[in-house]
Amino acid sequence: MTSPKRTPQELLGSWVVARSSAAAADWFLGQIERLKSSPSEKDIYLALGYATRKLGKSDLELKAEERAAAAAARPYWDPSDWSVDQAARIVFVLAGQTRDAKAFKTRLETLFNTADVWELIAFYRGLPLYPNAAEHVARAREGTRSAMQPIFEAVAHRNPFPMEQFDENAWNHMVLKALFIGSKLAPILGLDERANPRLMRMLCDYAHERWAAQRPVSPELWRCVGPHADAAALEDLGRVLATGEKLERQAAALALAATRNPEAERRLRAVPDLEDAVRAGTIRWIDIARG
Amino acid sequence: MFLDSHTHMVSRTTDDYERMASAGVVACIEPAFWLGQPRTNVGSYIDYLSLICGFERFRAGQFGLRHYCTVGLNPKEANNEELAEAVLEILPRYALKEGVVAIGELGYDEQTALEDKYFRAQLELAKELALPVMIHTPHRDKRQGTLRSMAVALEHKLDPSFVVIDHNNEETVREVLDRGFWAAFSIYPFTKMGNERMVEIVRAYGAERIFCDSACDWGVSDPLAVPKTAELMRRGGISEDAIEKVTYLNPLAAYGKSGQIKEDDWLNPPPIDQRTLYMGNSVLRGGQTPKVGAAARADSAALGDLKIV
Repeated sequence: MTSPKRTPQELLGSWVVARSSAAAADWFLGQIERLKSSPSEKDIYLALGYATRKLGKSDLELKAEERAAAAAARPYWDPSDWSVDQAARIVFVLAGQTRDAKAFKTRLETLFNTADVWELIAFYRGLPLYPNAAEHVARAREGTRSAMQPIFEAVAHRNPFPMEQFDENAWNHMVLKALFIGSKLAPILGLDERANPRLMRMLCDYAHERWAAQRPVSPELWRCVGPHADAAALEDLGRVLATGEKLERQAAALALAATRNPEAERRLRAVPDLEDAVRAGTIRWIDIARG
Repeated sequence: MFLDSHTHMVSRTTDDYERMASAGVVACIEPAFWLGQPRTNVGSYIDYLSLICGFERFRAGQFGLRHYCTVGLNPKEANNEELAEAVLEILPRYALKEGVVAIGELGYDEQTALEDKYFRAQLELAKELALPVMIHTPHRDKRQGTLRSMAVALEHKLDPSFVVIDHNNEETVREVLDRGFWAAFSIYPFTKMGNERMVEIVRAYGAERIFCDSACDWGVSDPLAVPKTAELMRRGGISEDAIEKVTYLNPLAAYGKSGQIKEDDWLNPPPIDQRTLYMGNSVLRGGQTPKVGAAARADSAALGDLKIV
């Protein structure tokens, strides 16, 4: 017999309880009850403020079955690197939600506007769990504009919200910014599905800027170039194959394999060792991201 | 290791952070204060408090310094009643933020009725939340202002061991210590303390409940004031134990009462801190390596001119 599917809110709550002392769990559950009834602003701020003090900041370190339950409860949801206090804070935010979508949105914005760094990370990680996703796009884009890398990554990494909600321009700028600030592309969900010709052009232009300044180009950049590479992009990939470091050449080969046109195939065949490795699956983007 | 318990880093450059880190400053506290000119509305106060709980904390982490702050309405801006009322209303939102180690800077500037009103209201907030208080003693009529600050704190039944009286000098230190408060000294050129005087203070009063800070801000001031003073004390024959208390252990004990600052934060940070707040490198744009881990002791030659007068 399988247990009924649980909501993300229920899962988060159970993970927090399982990782807390009896006293801390009591405090946590008591706060949820209070926030569910008719919370005052002060109740919410105190619950959120005390979360790290009462529950600590340990990593959740979810087990495999817990991660599977997360993805079953909410498609593509990946809380594998959340901490206990972050889970609790999102439970508090969701517990206070009323039937009034506008009130939820207004309160969430106030929380964002007066949040500290840890709260910002938690609130942005919570994006895929908030009701009326489309209402939160502007807020998510604000997160990707942050000068704080962990805030940017709270939106961009292991978060299905951008893939589902961002328009093409927002998506493209998020990917470009990730490269610009030295953040990885691999943890961005939907990277291959949302590749597009405009992004391909932005990324190739960015590579040329970096080359002109004699600065390194992340090999991950080519991942979003391959599927839509035009003639100029194929020239760029050729240049990387000819002059790049090992990981860059592997990345160029993977990108060419994703291009699916005769010119790309010709260029790939010219490097048989890399072509074989690509076909055999021994070169993978995830390894290139690891460096 | 040094802890500079009074720094307005929003006014300082990345060079300052680098110099502080290489001189052995492992953590700094940013008290909420005015910005050199008055704010005109609560919105700019909200953004300021968010900045010192947010980006500034992050920025410091990139250079290997842990950053903490205090939140409060300062006495200068307490004189704008409309602003003051609004700030008091939003202050509880910030008082429990991560890394908020006290309510402050509070106290008096010109000792007006409004300053008194909001000083008292914030003492009550600190008491309710069991947070320490940082008191800014006035530049003018300092001795009377200091005595009055302490009397009001006691009247509101604050435990003196939760209250730091800052910007002390030779004229105030005795009474502060006698009443059981922490006595902090800002080593700040021209208007506050010089560090040769500080050496003599420690020689005369010992190291119990005494500490020094830089109060570095937008004015002529020195973010290396704490390591420089430590070196001067060393040369002046002050014991290593006393130096450690005055430049590290005492401010840690005082503000540690908040539960929001502890040695583990920099010696053994939790994994999630290491992944995000403390180890990222977005301020150090591509190619630079974050500097984490500080020198055990400042190289005195690298400190330049030690004296701050």
